[in-house]
Amino acid sequence: MPDPTRPLLHASGISKFFPGAVALDEVELTLLPGEVHALLGENGAGKSTLIKCLTGAYRRDGGTITLDGAEIDPVSTNESQALGIGTVYQEVNLLPNLTVAENLFLGRQITRGGLLRRRAMIRAAREVLLDYGLDIDPAEPLTSYSVAVQQVVAIARAVEMSGKVLILDEPTASLDREEVQLVFSVIRKLRERGLAVVFITHFLDQVFEISDRATVLRNGRVVGERDLSQVTPNDIVTLMLGRQLEERVHERKGGRAGEVLVEVEALGKRGMIEPFDLTIHQGEVVGLAGLLGSGRTETANLLFGAVQGDQGRLRKRGREIRITRPRDAITQRFALCPEDRKTDGIVGDLSVRDNIILALQARQGWTRPLPRAKVNEIAEHYVRALDIRLASLDMPIRLLSGGNQQKALLARWLATQPELLILDEPTRGIDVGAHAEIIALIERLREEGMALLVASSELEELVAYSTRVVVLRDRRQVGELTGDQITPSNIVAAIAAEEPKEATA
Amino acid sequence: MIRSTHLPLLVTLLTFVLAYALCAAQYPAMLSTRVVANLLTDNAFLGIVAVGMTFVILSGGIDLSVGSVIAFTGVFLAVVLRDTSIHPLTAFVLVLALTTAFGAAMGAVIHYLEMPPFIVTLAGMFFARGAAYVLSTDSVPIEHEFYDFLQSLYYKAPGGGRFRLIGAVMLLAFVAGGLVLHRTRLGQNVYALGGGVATARLMGVPLARTTVSIYAISGGLAGLAGIVFSLYTSAGYSLATVGVELDAIAAVVIGGTLLSGGYGFVAGTFFGILIMGLIQTYIVFDGTLSSWWTKIVIGALLFAFILLQKGLTWATTSRKRVRTGSATPS
Repeated sequence: MPDPTRPLLHASGISKFFPGAVALDEVELTLLPGEVHALLGENGAGKSTLIKCLTGAYRRDGGTITLDGAEIDPVSTNESQALGIGTVYQEVNLLPNLTVAENLFLGRQITRGGLLRRRAMIRAAREVLLDYGLDIDPAEPLTSYSVAVQQVVAIARAVEMSGKVLILDEPTASLDREEVQLVFSVIRKLRERGLAVVFITHFLDQVFEISDRATVLRNGRVVGERDLSQVTPNDIVTLMLGRQLEERVHERKGGRAGEVLVEVEALGKRGMIEPFDLTIHQGEVVGLAGLLGSGRTETANLLFGAVQGDQGRLRKRGREIRITRPRDAITQRFALCPEDRKTDGIVGDLSVRDNIILALQARQGWTRPLPRAKVNEIAEHYVRALDIRLASLDMPIRLLSGGNQQKALLARWLATQPELLILDEPTRGIDVGAHAEIIALIERLREEGMALLVASSELEELVAYSTRVVVLRDRRQVGELTGDQITPSNIVAAIAAEEPKEATA
Repeated sequence: MIRSTHLPLLVTLLTFVLAYALCAAQYPAMLSTRVVANLLTDNAFLGIVAVGMTFVILSGGIDLSVGSVIAFTGVFLAVVLRDTSIHPLTAFVLVLALTTAFGAAMGAVIHYLEMPPFIVTLAGMFFARGAAYVLSTDSVPIEHEFYDFLQSLYYKAPGGGRFRLIGAVMLLAFVAGGLVLHRTRLGQNVYALGGGVATARLMGVPLARTTVSIYAISGGLAGLAGIVFSLYTSAGYSLATVGVELDAIAAVVIGGTLLSGGYGFVAGTFFGILIMGLIQTYIVFDGTLSSWWTKIVIGALLFAFILLQKGLTWATTSRKRVRTGSATPS
């Protein structure tokens, strides 16, 4: 057993620049032998970039890595693997068409005279896997076993090939509760063997269950290294989201909650989001809060029919409706601005005008084209109303800035005069000015009596415009905050699974 | 124990046995060693090229050039033996080196330029066919005592069947192909490529070396098939073996190899060849059927096997869905 206080891996001053952005800024990471070290941070915080720099998938632009006291400089994942750093990804990276034993030994097969010794490998595989608590037949195809077993096989392969540092990149993302325990029992065994395990996940309860220490990243910087026995989930969430949690009391504007518009009853999809109930009134902004992967986007997509649920019922103004695809939702005057506007939203090469008119024309059907004059009128109206800055309506939308693209997308859906507008991360990747304008727009739409459902990771933003906040964790609704309860600290508390405090105002 | 991955192979085997039994019930003469010997001799070149095609398809690729390469090899040999005094053995080595290098070059283009195999080998198909035309547009007869010698080698079985050299070459190709594919690291890497290129790369499979090797093997075996074909016909003709690449693909698929790669066996291809040969033989025995019926039956068989594979894939995935969470093998 190596000295438990001497770092097994020490990375310091790791920097990585992408064109126009600093992905990692002097990041420091210390791994002790025999520890499970959680690497935490919201999307874009730099977790995967850091991992890629450590494993040689990316060339770092600065900094040093020492492994076992010696400086290393891996230029490929194969090299880092040979040095002792093994990685297991969220998607099982094994070959489904090979057997368990073949997967375990690919690239380092036991041979004699150039020929494979299948029996010897099957025997060896069985022994290795027994060490990991798996009593399975390694001669069977990999796919005859569950994802959890496959994940353990992937871990076994990584450890057998590398054996010093094991990086687990969201290994539990697609596993259910019992399966997670299987993987955890393996991680605990490896910890006892003196490996340093890096554990990346979005599930906070899993972090506290298995990890000893945590390094939290935000915007490419380390914002804290914590001993997990000394801190609460609340502290970690605060670190991750990085808000100065000032208890600003927002004035709750009047004119809230008209009549019930949409009622959702036990809508859900297995493996994606557990059944939830939700009632949305006219003139109300319902915020969806939660960490990444908690089910925010899934809720939005399910409601819009972008993903089809496997259970549940929907009522609009008391009448039962069926939404199995986005077109149904559009007919019901629902609208969704998706999270990733580049892939799911804008059609980059079409003009701004065509992009704005797209949804309205789609609802009309292609047999009834909108007259050109009408199209221009609508497009010009929204360009003015939303203050979209552009040279001409004819320019391709991809040339607009992020904020203006987002506004054009909003215009697209507003043109259909929706009754329920679903916004998924409406302010991601846009500048401060546009940010404020979009928040103001949400307020204005609410006052005009529209119902809005907004999913966002920006807590202050949610606090600013929501009349009600639904909190999600681990793909489940875990709480609802209304009125004066809506404060950043209460949302953080609900995400971190603590009792909400009474507002101090 | 029967594993689900072996099922297509078993179905192929069963199809062959059943078809042969049916043929024999109708025409008992089909059981004679003559028929068996001819089955091997007549399909020798197709069998050899199908071994290479098995490699390519298992890796998730396709090689459309092989038919043209066979024709080119035949014309090349005929022209060289007519115009020069080079010994046929030297010519064999020369042409094998040429076709192997040709295959390797296609593999290199596919890997390094990240081009789809379909396009690259389609270009290779036109290229090889064109090269054959440039050498000669006529059918060039091959007259050489060494050829006569090779053609005179056979084992006469009781019952009058003549097992010729080229049949043995095919069997050898199958044995060697099976050994490489199922018992060497290269073979495992071929399967790995068919299972998923991105994953294979992450698992440290040498993609460049494997891809180049696969197409080199396919090209080399097409060259060997060309030599066998020239022994079979005693001539080289640039218009010969048009569409043979498609017959080879059909044999591989009927043999139970998944067209999208990753699953299959060399032995399956062997029986795929035999099934196709058997249909041909039956039509000869019947005498009233047009030989185009072969194509129709092969078409139907292909369709049936693709359906079977679809069904198997569907069955295994739906079973997995039910089994999620269990750690016991199926």
